[in-house]
Amino acid sequence: MTKINVKVDGVSYADEVEPRTLLVHYLREQLGKVGTVVGCDTSNCGACTVDLDGRSVKSCTVLAVQADGGEVTTIEGLAGPDGELDPVQQAFHENHALQCGFCTPGMIMAVRDLLRENPNPSEDEIREGIEGNLCRCTGYQNIVRAAQAAAGVKS
Amino acid sequence: MTAVDERPEAEIGKARRRKEDAHLITGRTRWTDNLSVPGMLHLAMLRSPMAHATITSIDPTDARSRPGVVAVFTGADFKDVQGNVPCAWPVTPDMVNPGAPSLAVDQVNFAGECVAVVVARSKAEAQDALEGIDIEYEPLPPVLDMDQAVKDGATLVHPNTESNRSYTWVFESGAAGTGAPIDDALRDAEVTVSRRFVQQRLIPAFMEPRAVMVEPSGEGVTVWSATQIPHILRVMLALTLGLPEHKVRVIAPDVGGGFGGKIPVTPEEIISVLVARRLNKPVKYTESRSESLMAAHHGRDQLQDITITATRDGTVTGLDVHLLADMGAYLRLVGPGVPILGAFMYNAIYKIPAYRFVCEGIFTTKTPTDAYRGAGRPEATFAIERIMDELAVELGMDPMELRRKNWIKHEEFPFTTVAGLTYDSGNYEAATDKALELIGWNDLRAEQQERRDSNDPVQLGLGISTFTEMCGLAPSRVLGSLSYGAGGWEHAAIRMLPTGKVEVVTGASPHGQGHETAFAQIVADKLGVAFEDVELIHGDTASSHKGLDTYGSRSLAVGGIAIVNAADKVIEKARKIAAHLLEANEADLEFSGGKFRVAGSPGSEVGIADAALAVFAAHNLPDGVEPSIDAEATYDPENFSFPHGTHLCAVEIDTETGMTKIRKYVCVDDVGTPINPLIIEGQVHGGLAQGIAQALFEEAVYDDAGNLTTGTFVDYTLPSAADLPSFTTERTETPSTTNPLGVKGVGEAGTIASTPAVVNAIVDALRPFGVNDIRMPATPERVWRAIHGGGKHRAAGGTTAYGGASTSTSDGDGGDLQ
Amino acid sequence: MIPAPFEYVRPSSVAEAVSAIGAAGEDGKILAGGQSLIPVLRLRLAYPTTLVDLGRVAEMQGVRDDGDAIVIGAMTTHHDVMHDPLVAEHAPLIAQATGTIADPQVRHRGTFGGALSHADPAGDLGAVALALGCEFVASGPGGERRIAASEFFHDYLTTALAPDEVLTQVRVPKLGAGWSSHYEKFNRVAQAWSIVGVAALVRRDNGSIAEARIGLTNMGSTPVRAAAVESALAGADVGSVAAAAEHAADGTNPPSDLSGQADYRQHLARVLTKRAVLAAVGS
Repeated sequence: MTKINVKVDGVSYADEVEPRTLLVHYLREQLGKVGTVVGCDTSNCGACTVDLDGRSVKSCTVLAVQADGGEVTTIEGLAGPDGELDPVQQAFHENHALQCGFCTPGMIMAVRDLLRENPNPSEDEIREGIEGNLCRCTGYQNIVRAAQAAAGVKS
Repeated sequence: MTAVDERPEAEIGKARRRKEDAHLITGRTRWTDNLSVPGMLHLAMLRSPMAHATITSIDPTDARSRPGVVAVFTGADFKDVQGNVPCAWPVTPDMVNPGAPSLAVDQVNFAGECVAVVVARSKAEAQDALEGIDIEYEPLPPVLDMDQAVKDGATLVHPNTESNRSYTWVFESGAAGTGAPIDDALRDAEVTVSRRFVQQRLIPAFMEPRAVMVEPSGEGVTVWSATQIPHILRVMLALTLGLPEHKVRVIAPDVGGGFGGKIPVTPEEIISVLVARRLNKPVKYTESRSESLMAAHHGRDQLQDITITATRDGTVTGLDVHLLADMGAYLRLVGPGVPILGAFMYNAIYKIPAYRFVCEGIFTTKTPTDAYRGAGRPEATFAIERIMDELAVELGMDPMELRRKNWIKHEEFPFTTVAGLTYDSGNYEAATDKALELIGWNDLRAEQQERRDSNDPVQLGLGISTFTEMCGLAPSRVLGSLSYGAGGWEHAAIRMLPTGKVEVVTGASPHGQGHETAFAQIVADKLGVAFEDVELIHGDTASSHKGLDTYGSRSLAVGGIAIVNAADKVIEKARKIAAHLLEANEADLEFSGGKFRVAGSPGSEVGIADAALAVFAAHNLPDGVEPSIDAEATYDPENFSFPHGTHLCAVEIDTETGMTKIRKYVCVDDVGTPINPLIIEGQVHGGLAQGIAQALFEEAVYDDAGNLTTGTFVDYTLPSAADLPSFTTERTETPSTTNPLGVKGVGEAGTIASTPAVVNAIVDALRPFGVNDIRMPATPERVWRAIHGGGKHRAAGGTTAYGGASTSTSDGDGGDLQ
Repeated sequence: MIPAPFEYVRPSSVAEAVSAIGAAGEDGKILAGGQSLIPVLRLRLAYPTTLVDLGRVAEMQGVRDDGDAIVIGAMTTHHDVMHDPLVAEHAPLIAQATGTIADPQVRHRGTFGGALSHADPAGDLGAVALALGCEFVASGPGGERRIAASEFFHDYLTTALAPDEVLTQVRVPKLGAGWSSHYEKFNRVAQAWSIVGVAALVRRDNGSIAEARIGLTNMGSTPVRAAAVESALAGADVGSVAAAAEHAADGTNPPSDLSGQADYRQHLARVLTKRAVLAAVGS
């Protein structure tokens, strides 16, 4: 077991983990942060996307020990103290950008990251910016709209 | 009682944002894998790496001694109690079902079949211990190719059968009395066009991997499962395992997509129940994506031989269809019936006088198949829409003119088809005209000609799909006539709470569709209550005790009507209370906007909430009236619903690389009266993406040993946002006349319609190169080979060929006009 | 799925890394960004006993100017490479090709040196490094050595690195004036590996092509140079690019797999080489 210190959604944790523990499994099983989900084995689907030290990563392809000393933000850490939604969360709701909702946590984290890097993306830039996140329900069109709305871009 | 006369704005037709979203966008979800119960153990499945083999020995001794391991079970441990994974659809009386063990006992018949289960204190320990199971196989030859599998002397998948043919199902319009004899049409044909189309094997690939958690309790169990069918699962677990049905509770918590992929009762569910009961401990199993791709059921996989006949002037006279449908290794819950659903749809929107449909269900040593979005209808729609284009070429007609000449005109509804269905309503002309205008058809045709004339390396192709489908499964009598093992009704209950809030119980079981929102809109309008005041209860057999679940675009067209009927009963019960309180005759009361009023006497009124409170108190009720205005209803549809539409696709093909890019996709769908246009649009978008994915991106490929080559998302290529265009989706509204809401299903329409639109566009682009078909998915390589082989050299041989490397492509590629 | 158990070591200097790798022995494995390795571990296709995580070796991160070359630390993430001003100025081909790798999340973790050391011939950076004539700097128990790009890739997933060596940095020669470049990638879906990719570097002189260097992705068990195209382009004018590109597949031995058979890849190499060179020269 290896000792790690991480800050997750604003709370500091010190835990023992097996080195093989994936960050997503640490979040889900040791911290109970089950809002972040696992959708594949090969880093393709992006459902597990979280922010690690300010950048989006696939938490199924990061070991928990690699996050030692780092700061993680998950879907559960986005809403404000009084429950006010992050603008991207709000835009997903307003634009019907989710159906079953399984890809949604990762998709929202990916869109946030995209808008952080490129606050005013074109449609193509949005589509490429979320190419690491698979959705089987929406055909992506309303996710693109939500990203545009969150960016304040007129579609 | 309030005196404010304020009729609420109609909810039906409003683009309500979804009630479902709040917990999904904040990560406060209840996926099955998120759940746990005290003392829970974790399961890992050992799966066969062989497609076809006898198991000569299994020794789990080492695994049992691994850290954290509680138990290891093999087929031998459960063979007397596990029964068979159920199949509820014996499509013919003599259908052969060799049985389907949950844990293989003596033989494995597809790669991925469960052969042992490890129970451990953690998931990691369970997975670690899989490596401690010593198992030996004696390989048998794999059976991969359906054409070969039905030949005399072919290797049998199952030793207890006489052939690999499970069933042969036949419909012929002459014999059925629904049309003319097909043999006459074939004999007298002026023009005959035949093709073999290949419906490649697909994987539903719902985003949430399947998971199941079981808590045993005395004689019974509580089962949480990522399933589309909690109610059917309960019955089937009781029947399969001999459990008392009333001691079985099934809960479908948040379920992350299904697309048919979560319809069957699964071996993993049965194994989890068996283990939990054997150990008297709660257990959970969650599959990995690789397991899901390999072992959760697949879809499509049909060889379609289709012949169409016509007169020289373009009147279609007959349609003859012969399918080989791959069941895979075992018959799953509705697997045999999936291709049969297509039997009613090959004639599509056309007036075809003579029709024959023959389907053979074939066993192979591949993953079992079952429903995948559209289930039978996408295959039918693809074949008819593709061959209409080929017929148009043969006749020298414009493909849209050929369709117009043969389709049912709007004034001809209701129309009974050659397949025996009565389409209640439709307006194909209106949808088509709107779609043609939206896409700018004539300009695109002109551009296509320019590109052809200038030998542009990027060629343009235009594809049409004018489709209808049957959904809203299903009238129980029809299911009975097809030997299906259940009815097609749906149940609803409405519970009026003392504060005027409303609980609606449905037997439909959502997994992303938006039931909570759309059903609340219906109830709000019916009862005149606020949208926010309606809560939907679903997906738990303890609270929504009766239902037939969600598939086949049935939830609204069947489940929604059950809710309407229950609401009508609530109103009638409340009317008695209101009449009593208003001291009026029931017959004199009008009900609108949630309020009863005496006709012609404004001012005095009783709201439905007042009635609910009145029966809660029960202080002042009419004699003989029970203190409740709650009601339930079970609705069995008289008919299917028949959404239709026209989908048009323009593709650009880079002839140097073979890459296809969708330039524009326009569809005009008619799903009847819209309840929530936002949800409809979302369903269409997602449906289009899946249909387009069949045309361009996805195929489950096996190697010649019978192993799934496309076993991860690296190789099973789901499209991402960057691979799909924005769609133009519009609607026409021709209400269904079968149900009181005028609604039709929308869940599968986009998938059913889009695949042939894309492939027709590709073939249209390539016709100058002598190409008249392309194998799906139309990968760049296949398109390039089609161009450079003059249409003869279709799919590449080797790994991309149908049925694996051992299959010749020469007789399957439909490359030559016949 | 969950990886099999392993020991974990996290050195903070190259020296520590080298000794950790030595101590881990032949069943040890270096963890760079992990974007290829961790999926392999999850699928239990590899069972290393020890992972040596280079994530905290600060001296292996970042890009610096070193006179006639820029030096990219092996642990610099793809994302940082893409956005680095030195890379943009002196090796825009690297930035462009890096932008086609996988997806944003993977580029946030995946590293320049990790991708090159993994030596998957479908990876995009090998062809780029070949075309640019990069030098690979490796450290081992015997000290540091430099390996020319042309000597680095030995076979499928196999490089010149000894088992006890680690790639620490890559030296990218500054090309000087007159050079332009383009990376042309062809794949089926956006996040997929290249079916074929072509890295083209072209130096123009008085309107004609003075010199060209072409690297090919996924046209063999290693990235390869399209030498016949390079010689055909030397001194050629833009009008003869298409003819020169016809030699792109000469001598190649590409794989046949789900995405394409060898003859299709050879065809693609010719088409994409033409496009890459034309794009590089801006026509």
